[in-house]
Amino acid sequence: MSTVDLSTTLGNAWFPAPIFTASGCASSGKELAQFFPLKDIGAVVTKSVMTKPRHGRPTPRMAETPSGMLNSIGLQGPGIDSFLANDVPWLVAQGARVIVSIAGETADEYAVLARKIRATGGISAIEVNISCPNVENRGLVFATDCDTSARVIDSVRKIIGGEIPIIAKLTPDVTDITSVAKAVHDSGADAVALINTILGMVINIDSMRPHLGGKTGGLSGPAIRPVAVRAIYQVHSALPQLPILGMGGVATGRDALEMILAGASGVSVGTASFGNPTAAISVQRELGELLSARGFTSLRQAVGYAHRVESNEPERDSR
Amino acid sequence: MSTINKSATQLTAVVIANKRVGAYHQIIMSVGEVVKDCRPGNFIAISVGGDSSRMILRRAFAISRTSDSSQYGGTIELIVAPHGSGSKWLCEQAEGVELDVVTPLGTSFGIPTEPVNVLLIGGGYGSAPLFGLADVLKARGSRVDMLLGASTGAKIYAPMEGKRSVNSLTIITEDGSMGSTGRVTSTLDSIITDRSIDVIYSCGPMAMLKAITEIADSRQVIHQCAVEEAMACGIGICMTCVLPVRADDGSISMKRSCIDGPVMDGSTVCWDLVGKNPGEFA
Repeated sequence: MSTVDLSTTLGNAWFPAPIFTASGCASSGKELAQFFPLKDIGAVVTKSVMTKPRHGRPTPRMAETPSGMLNSIGLQGPGIDSFLANDVPWLVAQGARVIVSIAGETADEYAVLARKIRATGGISAIEVNISCPNVENRGLVFATDCDTSARVIDSVRKIIGGEIPIIAKLTPDVTDITSVAKAVHDSGADAVALINTILGMVINIDSMRPHLGGKTGGLSGPAIRPVAVRAIYQVHSALPQLPILGMGGVATGRDALEMILAGASGVSVGTASFGNPTAAISVQRELGELLSARGFTSLRQAVGYAHRVESNEPERDSR
Repeated sequence: MSTINKSATQLTAVVIANKRVGAYHQIIMSVGEVVKDCRPGNFIAISVGGDSSRMILRRAFAISRTSDSSQYGGTIELIVAPHGSGSKWLCEQAEGVELDVVTPLGTSFGIPTEPVNVLLIGGGYGSAPLFGLADVLKARGSRVDMLLGASTGAKIYAPMEGKRSVNSLTIITEDGSMGSTGRVTSTLDSIITDRSIDVIYSCGPMAMLKAITEIADSRQVIHQCAVEEAMACGIGICMTCVLPVRADDGSISMKRSCIDGPVMDGSTVCWDLVGKNPGEFA
C-alpha cells in the first residue's frame, strides 16, 4: 500500500496529520497521553477555557442515548491563566500541536482570552467556541445569530488576526448554517469547526423530570454524524475556499473520510474517545488506508471530492 | 508521559468464567500482566454490546479480586448486577468471549503500614471490592471486620471464600430477611466502640457513604470510601462524574470520581452539595 501524504492546513497553520481531538473531549491532553503519543495526531484541541475558573453545572451531567450521549458540563475549567501556565507548556513539551478553544459570555471576554493566548508561545490555532450563551443578549447562543457571531470573531481578529488561524466553532441548531459561516468568514475567521453538539433532553421516567442537572444537554456521538456531514457539505459548497475542521460522531476512518469528502480539511474525534481512548489514533490510521485504497496520494486531493461534477471527473492519480 | 491513568492499559480480556451468584454474576476474565498493577479500589472499563452496538460508552466495574497464580495467568474477578442494558449484556457473555477493556483505572484504597483494626462496610454489591481489600489488609496483620447491608437478603453478596478473609462478618438487611434488621449505620457507632475501629473502608450507594461519613467524622475515625457517579469515559476526559470536594484550604472544587476517585477520603466530600448548583458553593 502506497503512503498517503496526510498533512493538512487550516488557514496558515500546517499539521502533519489530519485527525484532531475535539474540544471538551480530551480535557487538556494529559489523560490521553497514557494511551498514545499526542504528537502522533494532528493537534490536541483543548477544552474550551474561559477567563475565570468555573465549577460547571450540577450532576447528573451525562445521559447515554441510542448511538450517542447528552452532556451538560457547563464549561468546568481552571480559567485561562492557570491553563496557559500549566497545560499548554506540558502539551508543547510532548511535541503536540495545540489548538486552544476559548469560550466567553461577552464579546469582550473573547478578546481578553485572545490577548492572553497571543502572549503565549507554542499555540497553533485558536478555536472560538461561540456556542455559548451571550449574557448581553438574553442568554441567546452567539452562534445562532449572524451579527453576534460576527461581533465575537471581529473582537478576536482585532487581537490575534494574521498571527494564528481563528477557527469559529458553529452550532448546527440554526436554520441556515451557511449564512453563519459566511458571517464569521467575512469578519475574519480563517476556518470553521463543524459541528458543535445538538441541543437535546432526556426525561427520567422514574423521577419524571429532566434527567440532567442542567436540564438540556448537547447530543454527540454517531447519532449526529449525518447532521455534521450535511453541514460540512453545505458550507463547503457555499464557501469552497473556507477551510473546515469537521466533527460530530466520528468513530472510524470511514467516518472521517466521509467528512473529508464532504469538504473538511481535518477531522476531530470527540465522543468516540470516551468509549475508546485510542480512537483518534486508529481513526487516523484507518483514514490513511482508505485514502490509499481509493487511489489518493494525498489527503488534500480528497477534500471536497464528493462535490465533483460527474461529467468532468478528474483522474485522482493525476491531480 | 502523564501521571494520570499511569498504569492504565487497553487490552483484550477473555472471559474465563461467568457464574450466577444470587442476584449477581461473578465474572472472571484473564487480563495478563496488567493484573500486577491492579489494587483494591481500582476499576475496569469494558466496551459493551459488540461492534454494532448503539451503546457507545464503556461500563465501569470495581475489581473485586485479582489472582496472578491461576492457569490463565493474571485474572480479575468482577461482581456484576444485571441492571442496565450494558451490565445485562456483560452478564450474558460466555466463557471464551473476548472483551475490550481498559484497566486499572482510578485510585485505590490506602493500606495502613502498621496493623490496625479496620471495618469494611459494603452496601449491596458494593461489597465486591472489599473481599480483595480484606485479603491485603489481613496479610498486613490488621484485624478485619466486615459489615454488609442491603435492602433484602438476596442482594447481599458474601461468598463462602470471602468469609474466610475476615475476622467477623455482620449482615444487616432492611427487611430483616438476612441477618439483623436495619441499616449498616444503625449498628456502626457501637461496632466502632466495641472493636476499637481505627479505619473504615466503604463501598456502596452514595446515601450510605454520606451516612457513614457523618458517624466516622463524629468518632474521628478515618473513612475511605469508593464513590459511585455516572461516568462516560472513566479516564478523566469527559468531566461528567464530578463530586464537590473540599481542599485543606477550605475551597471546594469539582473532582472527577474516575481519576481523583473512586476511593476518596469521605470527610473531604461535600455530600450535601452533590447534585446542587456549583455556582452556589460558598
